[in-house]
Amino acid sequence: MTGPTLMTPEMRAEDSKAVFGFFTYLMTDFVLFAALFATYAVLRSGTFGGAAPASVFNAPFALLETLILLSSSFACGLALLAARRENLRNTLLALSATFVLGAAFLALELSEFSRLVASGAGPARSAFLSSYFTLVGTHGLHVALGLIWMSALALSLRMRGFTRGNLRKLALWSLFWHFLDIIWIFIFTIVYLFGII
Amino acid sequence: MTHSMLFGTLSWSVFPTNVVAIGGGVILVGGVLAVAGLATYFRLWKYLWREWLTSLDPKKIGVMYLVVSAVMLARGGADVILMRIQQATSVGAHAGIVSASHFQQLFSAHGSIMIFFVAMGFMFGLINLVLPLLLGTRDVAFPFLNSASFWLFVAGAGLVNLSLIIGDFSTAGWLSYPPLSELAYSPGSGVDYWIWALQIGGIGSLLSGVNFLTTVARLRATGMTWMRMPMFAWTVAGSMSLVAFAFPVLTVTLALLWLDRTLGMHFFTAGGGGNMMMYVNLIWSWGHPEVYILILPAFGVFSEVVACFSGKKLAGYASMVISIWGIVFLSWLVWLHHFFTMGAGADVNAFFGIMTMIIAVPTGVKIFNWLATMYRGRIRFATPMLWFMGFVVLFTLGGVAGVVMAEPPADYQLHNSLFLVAHFHTMIVSGVLFGYFAGITYWFPKIFGFRLDEKLGAAAFWFWTTGFILAFGPLYVLGLMGATRRLDHYAAGLGWQPMFIVAGIGAALVMIGFALQVAQVVRSIRMRETLRDTTGDPWGGRTLEWSVPSPAPEYNFARLPLVHGRDPFWSAKHGGAELWGHEPYEDVRVPKNSSLGVLIGAFALLLGFGAVWHIWWLAALGLLGAVACVFVRAFSENTERTISGERIAHLEAAARRHAALPV
Repeated sequence: MTGPTLMTPEMRAEDSKAVFGFFTYLMTDFVLFAALFATYAVLRSGTFGGAAPASVFNAPFALLETLILLSSSFACGLALLAARRENLRNTLLALSATFVLGAAFLALELSEFSRLVASGAGPARSAFLSSYFTLVGTHGLHVALGLIWMSALALSLRMRGFTRGNLRKLALWSLFWHFLDIIWIFIFTIVYLFGII
Repeated sequence: MTHSMLFGTLSWSVFPTNVVAIGGGVILVGGVLAVAGLATYFRLWKYLWREWLTSLDPKKIGVMYLVVSAVMLARGGADVILMRIQQATSVGAHAGIVSASHFQQLFSAHGSIMIFFVAMGFMFGLINLVLPLLLGTRDVAFPFLNSASFWLFVAGAGLVNLSLIIGDFSTAGWLSYPPLSELAYSPGSGVDYWIWALQIGGIGSLLSGVNFLTTVARLRATGMTWMRMPMFAWTVAGSMSLVAFAFPVLTVTLALLWLDRTLGMHFFTAGGGGNMMMYVNLIWSWGHPEVYILILPAFGVFSEVVACFSGKKLAGYASMVISIWGIVFLSWLVWLHHFFTMGAGADVNAFFGIMTMIIAVPTGVKIFNWLATMYRGRIRFATPMLWFMGFVVLFTLGGVAGVVMAEPPADYQLHNSLFLVAHFHTMIVSGVLFGYFAGITYWFPKIFGFRLDEKLGAAAFWFWTTGFILAFGPLYVLGLMGATRRLDHYAAGLGWQPMFIVAGIGAALVMIGFALQVAQVVRSIRMRETLRDTTGDPWGGRTLEWSVPSPAPEYNFARLPLVHGRDPFWSAKHGGAELWGHEPYEDVRVPKNSSLGVLIGAFALLLGFGAVWHIWWLAALGLLGAVACVFVRAFSENTERTISGERIAHLEAAARRHAALPV
């Protein structure tokens, strides 16, 4: 990051360490999702007389979720741009937009989950539904954690402004948020699109 | 099973009633009370809390790892004694000393403990002790994360031990295959104890993996390029990248089994469309890399030890590096050899059989490199070198047994037999454990300032190796005769009893070896003045850790070293480039202590205990508490303190005057 803050080599080393470590963590999370995707792929056909993928999924609904989540990432990018200019008002504004969109995504996901459970297609119904709820739910859990993290970050920005630590955490959080997008693209493709075809 | 809001599924019936189980519980509770009592009597709590439990110094965290692992080794060893007595006596009309169900708990607990809380603990302990020193740096990448990882490890170990007193441990084996481990067939809390102990400890391991990988990648001394790193650092990089990519799979597998058991899902159940082979594939695609996670750092220790005690540079450095990464890569392509007999078909079995044979090649490269390092070297048979000699013989034999089993037709005979048990114990004991014993003996003076007694060390080595051969030699033979693993009883007419008795004698010798190691530590502490390492370089070392006084100061290096080649300390000693200039000492920032790591471990223990007994308010409290600690830490400032340059000058002068080293 280039900014008005003058960086010493120690600060640069600190940043590179944090980014490397966090990136490695994100890779481990990728593997975690890979295992869940593999489980889903194996158990997709295990409907055990219950609902099958084609009858469960609603493509326009999933597309809406996708668009909302991608817009939240756009807002996240705006927040980072504003932070780079050290514009606190715009940063917090963009973060609020990210939060609202992220929360809307979660609300949609939860409404879909409750609709399924109400129609007798809960996670205990069949192996397919177990793996579906767990894969998509784990992504949702990550989104929720991202929202909590971002709220704490916004609070810290308000209290302390653009400190070195806050800027670094904001950059790491944005990595996390974009990572969740990438996972969602895979979910959208493998779970929803392949499910409907 | 009844369920109350306050106590979940806990009831009075969870306490042990059988005499052997009560004995285990009494020993555990007595041990904890004795330690707590002694600490109180000698007024040590404040000291322990300030100097150890809340410390973020990796050397201290490393020592704590070693202590916990040694205690767990004794626990896993107690399980061994009971199993050996059972198999030596439970023949024909004699029923042995424990019930079948208790025997199943013994082998399940033994395996889980030895892998997760002994081998992993010794490994992380050693890495903590020496990795920053070897890299010429002052700390690990994320010191607080390191403390949190350690306390998660302790919480996992604590949960295993709690199962001795409250409820039972799993009876489903160390990897808990479904459908046996599903609720329908294991309705008690045992499998849940297993799940949560491994989950909590495993997340600690995963975070450690990220931490040490970042340390190697980002914190090396100036001039220490990748190809100038000590071999131990290379093996840590390989092992930790395996941790980073394998442990998430374990996390998922355990979570899915828990969802099956707790929320009635159908991932691995016999009904509901579940697929139990999915579990076997998932757990082994973690499990096989895990074997190499454990052995690679042991290879690293041996690489340092052999070079040092042969007085030569390590032979074939580049081929060592290539073989490490060859092992890392190939370890992902062999997991199916753990279940050739489970219906994968001939072509798949052939592929995995061939890959398994190929992975022996890079390991063979290493063996030859160590032997070449010794060749025409001036070899000193100090205790670390003895462990290497034991390792190189036994490990090669055990490895060859592994190649035998890599052939699927042979594996059909040997699968789940005692031959297999003997094979993997040869790899884990004479490979991993001997490696860590060598490392602990080798680096002990750097951490504590005095060497370990050589006589008792050598005696321990001979008891361990002789005992090991006696304990596992018969198991190879019994396996070929058809004895399967996990037998709590067999017919007298089979004629197996004499060999089981020999195996029991071998196990007893190993126990004596362990007792001698404890005696070695005690005696060395008492004789510390005569064993004092005054030079900082007791073995004639080659790498950076020996360039600082023993015990290594909190800040490791008063001035950060400049590295110009491999074995930088050796060349500096022999007229090469100096390691550092003569500029005045600068201030050093070190992390302040933090009690949040201990708290995270405590909350994780509550989470695990609550989840095992379905006490959901307690589990939620544990989870929220742990997350809250993370946030408190993330937003706390002033987490470092400064050691002034004058203070360092003073400390260094004192240490070097004492050590008669050039100031």
